[in-house]
This record gives sequence, structure tokens and C-alpha cells, in this order.
Amino acid sequence: MQTSANVPRPRGSVWTDPQVRAWVFQIIAVIAVVALGWYLFDNTQTNLEKRGIVSGFGFLGNSAGFGIAQHLIEYTESDTYGRVFLVGLLNTLLVSFIGIVLASILGFILGVARLSPNWLISKMATVYIETFRNIPPLLQILFWYFAVFLTLPGPRDSLGINDTFFLNSRGLYMPSPGPSENFWPFALVLLATIAAIVVMGRWAKARREATGQVFHAFWASLAMIILIPGLAVLIGGNPLVWSVPELSGFNFRGGWVLIPELMALTLALTIYTAAFIAENVRSGIMAVSHGQTEAARSLGLRPGNTLRLVIIPQALRVIIPPLTSQYLNLAKNSSLAAGIGYPDMVSLFAGTVLNQTGQAIEVIAITMSVYLAISISISLLMNWYNKRIALIER
Amino acid sequence: MQTHSFKPDLPPPVLSVGVLGWLRANLFSNWFNTLLTFFAIYLIWLIVPPIIQWAFINADWTGTTRADCTSGGACWVFVQQRLGQFMYGFYPTELRWRVDATLWLAIIGAAPLFVPQMPRKALYGLGFLLVYPVLAYWLLHGGLFGLSVVSTSQWGGLLLTLVIAAVGISGALPLGILLALGRRSNMPAIRVICVTFIEFWRGVPLITVLFMSSVMLPLFLPEGMHFDKLMRALLGVILFQSAYIAEVVRGGLQAIPKGQYEAAAAMGLGYWRMMGLVILPQALKLVIPGIVNTFIALFKDTSLVIIIGLFDLLNSIKQATTDPAWLGMATEGYVFAALVFWIFCFGMSRYSMHLERKLDTGHKR
Repeated sequence: MQTSANVPRPRGSVWTDPQVRAWVFQIIAVIAVVALGWYLFDNTQTNLEKRGIVSGFGFLGNSAGFGIAQHLIEYTESDTYGRVFLVGLLNTLLVSFIGIVLASILGFILGVARLSPNWLISKMATVYIETFRNIPPLLQILFWYFAVFLTLPGPRDSLGINDTFFLNSRGLYMPSPGPSENFWPFALVLLATIAAIVVMGRWAKARREATGQVFHAFWASLAMIILIPGLAVLIGGNPLVWSVPELSGFNFRGGWVLIPELMALTLALTIYTAAFIAENVRSGIMAVSHGQTEAARSLGLRPGNTLRLVIIPQALRVIIPPLTSQYLNLAKNSSLAAGIGYPDMVSLFAGTVLNQTGQAIEVIAITMSVYLAISISISLLMNWYNKRIALIER
Repeated sequence: MQTHSFKPDLPPPVLSVGVLGWLRANLFSNWFNTLLTFFAIYLIWLIVPPIIQWAFINADWTGTTRADCTSGGACWVFVQQRLGQFMYGFYPTELRWRVDATLWLAIIGAAPLFVPQMPRKALYGLGFLLVYPVLAYWLLHGGLFGLSVVSTSQWGGLLLTLVIAAVGISGALPLGILLALGRRSNMPAIRVICVTFIEFWRGVPLITVLFMSSVMLPLFLPEGMHFDKLMRALLGVILFQSAYIAEVVRGGLQAIPKGQYEAAAAMGLGYWRMMGLVILPQALKLVIPGIVNTFIALFKDTSLVIIIGLFDLLNSIKQATTDPAWLGMATEGYVFAALVFWIFCFGMSRYSMHLERKLDTGHKR
């Protein structure tokens, strides 16, 4: 406790003075931390010398010499470890991104379903949530990978849908779009339409605030975004050419393929995280008192507008902070890829590269700092958002 | 004089009471709800019968080898035959009674703590917490008083999962409380150290922590000092989990009104006695549900030790499914693992909800 300046401090020995004690404790703590750090550093230095490991980041320039099942950027076996790191990072971001989008959708549906007045629907949502959030995510990943995707039939007997999608033990094959000669004109038209919609939205808002007249900007934009590009397609032809996968020999050629590791990982993470998101959504909606709905209705807002302008903004204020930590958890859980060998950053870099080079400290440090950077940037973003939407109270 | 007599009340409409009324209110209140109900019934019909068919009706329950599974459903014979391995790992069969004894000791020892009328519960609990780990280590590891040594590399299965979870939480709790106090301290240096420590561990995934403790720890230690695999994993788990516990406890500390601190200071209590006698008892009571939730997360996270090659419940099952004599039993194995984990986690989460209700003394603001 602090003593205020004008009260004379009671006389006592120096040792009982709280400020002196605070200083002493802090100095001791800092010395202890520094000493521990130095001790570990010194041990490491000795051990590295003894094992003949040269520390430093030079190994990132060496050729890796192993193949990777899924790479979003060009990669060959002769590429460097630095490039392996990049490939892994992109794969991690890919899984996190797909997982976050799917888990949000599923989670919101389940959260609303759990509050549904329909007894059957709300009980089903409860059973889903209580089942999947109490099973470890790694177990779910292993289950989908080993018990489901790897037991699918081989390429020759794959399950086909319309002869365009094929599911087999090597993955999900699907058509991939490529640009035709009409692509760039079409993209230009699309961009122009979007720009026009933005301008129109601003104008509609300004007019509404100035005169109170409502312009149905949403319906107008919907019409524009469908009609104008549609017209462009009719005139110029299809902007995309689709490459459909075809069976040739023992495997499919053409199109895109989702490898089973990716599917198992995203599916498990989505199912697991959606259960938690559903609970956040439910508590957020329940946090908005019923009086808010009644007040909005008595002001003459329609049910749709009540939901959009009154309930959802207030519920989001409660939902968003825990939602972000769920997103962060999903990104961190994507490192469980190491359990099934999906080439994410941890299994590629902290696994294969570490084993090949033996540069344990550098590899682990890089991996950890990437996750730290992701966590810190998300929490900074979160704090900024929280400040922006926080209730301004007197 | 004319007397008025009332006729008996008419019964409520048939459609608004009883089963019919309930159905109407909860399942068919309007056209949208009716549609949802039919959709739900369709989903249930799609999912539930095949599962029951697979897991019970077509399942094989008795036998000794894979050849005994003939009916096309689940082959629970596999789980039955390998149950010993799933529960004890590579613990020598003739010594498994020691694991059982450890478990029974825990159950019998901890049972009085759940009796509300028990006198001097805190003292007993503290004594139990001090004596039991020593006894458990002696029983499991051996080496004294004629018990033969079973090295930790032979521990496995559910035993290992429980050991990691129990040691993890009992190591993380005191460390986490200290960190939380440090984070709330008004000494800047202590605060910075604690915040850095907490945010570092909370920012990285447990897998990288386990990787670190398994490949970097040997580099950190001086010559001749050696930790076995289990110790390294435990160290990583404790450090990682203590950061989460610290944040939970901090929430409790923040919920205590300032008047409590001031009153304790006015009574002349120093920092440690203020915390130990006034603040922490209240704060910890508030956050017991949060701590249980952290423990559930820790329990699920124990499955990650598979990455550094320890044979916990999940890894034992994964290994068993790759056995050539039992190929194709992945589904049965993982479903069994899921069931075990689910029972533990669901039970704990119910207990945490029960505690929340019981401990709610109206202090929450």
C-alpha cells in the first residue's frame, strides 16, 4: 500500500520500509532470471560445442532434398530449407483459414439451433456440442484420417459425383477453373460493378441521413451484381474454363485435389471448434436481455431490423472476444497435423527439417516465433476492436 | 333465497395439455417449426440406426482372434483382447496390481473430501496431497522396500494419461497461482517477468512446447544431468498449463472487491498473509470451475504426447490398430478411445457445473 506524501512515514528500520523491500525483491528477481538464462545459455553453448553443431541460420540456404505432398507455391526437392519453411507456413495458414470459415458457419448454426424453440433441434445441437467438445482434437483427426479417409476405395473404384468430383483414398478430386480469353474483360466489368455499388451505398446513406428517405440499396446492389456480370457472360462467353479430373492409368489427372490429410485435419478441427463457437454464440445471444427486443418492437422496428440493428450488434460485443480466442485455438491446433503427416509448419519444419539438420534451437525458435507473432497480432487486433465496440458509459 | 352453484370447470382443450399439447408447443408450433422437426427426424433416421446397427446389433462381443468377427459390424473382440495394453501400456502383467492399488488408494483417500460434513477437511486434504504422490510414485515406480523397479518407459495406456494429467495439474496449480499474483503485483519488474512468461506459453501450441522439451532440454542441461522422456513431457506440460491457470486465477483475483484488500491491510496483515488468509481463499473459490475447465483441456491435451513417442491411451490404441493380426480395426479402436476420453471430460464438466452452483454465494458482480 502506498503512503501519501504529506503523512510522515512511521520510523522503523530500513528493512520494513515497503519501498525498499519492493526494490530488493525486484532486484533479486531480475538477477535470478538473468542468472537462470545465462546458466542455460552457457550449458547450451558447451553442449553444442561438444556435439559439433554450428549454430546460426545458414542452414536455411541449404538444399532440402525431400518432396512435399502439398505445396501452394512452386517447390522441388532441390529447393532450400527456407522455401520448405514458407511452404509449411502457407499450408498452416490454409488449414487455419478454411477451418475458421467452416467452423464459424457451423458454430453459428449450432448456437442458434441450441436456442431454438424446437425441442428436437435444440436437443440435437446439445448432443453434438457435448459429444465433440469432450473428445480430444488429435483423436478426432486420427479417426477421420485412419478410420475414414484411408479406408476409402482406391482411385479405380472411387466414389464419383456427376463424373466431376471423385473421392478416393488419395483425396478429393475436383474441377479447377482457369482463365479463358474472356477473363480479363469480365474481371474489369466485375470490378466496375463493385465500385458502382460502393458509390451507390454511400450516396444512399448520405441521402437517408439528410432527408430520411430510404433507398433500398441492398436490393439494388443485389440486382446489379447479378445482372451486369451476367450480361457480360452472355455477350462475351464464359470467363473460366474448367479442367475436369480424369482417370488415366492408376490415378486422376487434371483438376484440383484435396489430399486426405488436409480433409481429415480441416474436418476434425471444424467439428471440434464449431462446438466451442456454438457455446460462445449461445451465451452471446442469451446475454442480450429480452427487453431489448420488446423496446425495438415498440419503436416500430420490424423483426428483421430488430435482429439486424438491435440484437446482433449487442450479441456480437459479447461473442467476438471468446470467438477470437477460439480462432486462435484453431490455428494452434492446426499444428496437430504432425499426428497424420499433413505438411504444415510444425510437421515439416520442426519435424523433418529438424531431424535432417539437427539445428534444434534455431528451428524451434523460428516455429515458436511464428505462432507468437500470429497470437500477438490477433490479440492486438482484438484489443483494438474491443475498444471500438465497447459500450461508452458515463 | 336462491343459491348459486358453480358448474365444474371444463377440462382444457385436448390439444393444449399432455403429450399432444407438448408436441404442439415444442415441435409443431408453426409451419417453420414443423419443417424443422421433420428435418431433424430425417437427420436422426439417417445417423442413429446405422450406428446402432454397427455398434450393437451386428457387433461381435466374444472371441479371441480376428476370425471370430464374422457378422460385419463392430469387432469389440479387438478392444477386449487388448484392454490390458490400453489400460497399462507395457507395465509388466504380473505387477499390474500395483497400478490398481495406486488407483484404489486415490479413490479411498480422496473419498472423504467429497463428504460435506467431514471435519478438518482442509487439513486432511493437504495431508493427502503431501502423502499420496510419494506413495503413488513408490507403488508405480518401485525401488524401495522390496518393490522391483518399473521404469517410466514401460508405463503406458490410460495409466500414463492419468499420470500426466495429475502431475500436470498439481505442478501447474501452485506455479500458476504465483504467476497470477506476480502479474497483479505493483512491482514493475516482477509484473513484466510474469506477463512475459504467461504470454509466451499461451502464444505457442503445446506441440511445439513438447518438441522443445524433447529436443532442446537435453541441450540446456549440464553434462551428466539426464531427464527421461516422461519427465521432459511433464516439464513441458506443467510450464504450458501454469500460464493458463495463471490467467484463470487472475480472473478470480480481479473479481475480489478492493475493500477486501484494504480491510486486510487495515488489519495489519502483510502481503503474504493478506493473500493467503483473505484474498486467495475467496478468489480460488470463485475460479474452481475455471480450474476444472483448464484441467479438462489439459486432460485432452495429454493425447499430444503421441508426438514425442510416449505411449498414452491414444498412442497405445494407435499402435494396436497397426498390428498385422488386427488390421482394419481403426474405427473400433478410436471409438473406444473417444468413449474413454468422453466419459472423463464429460464427467468433469458436469462436476464443474455442480460446483459452480454449489459455490455460488452471491459474491459475483
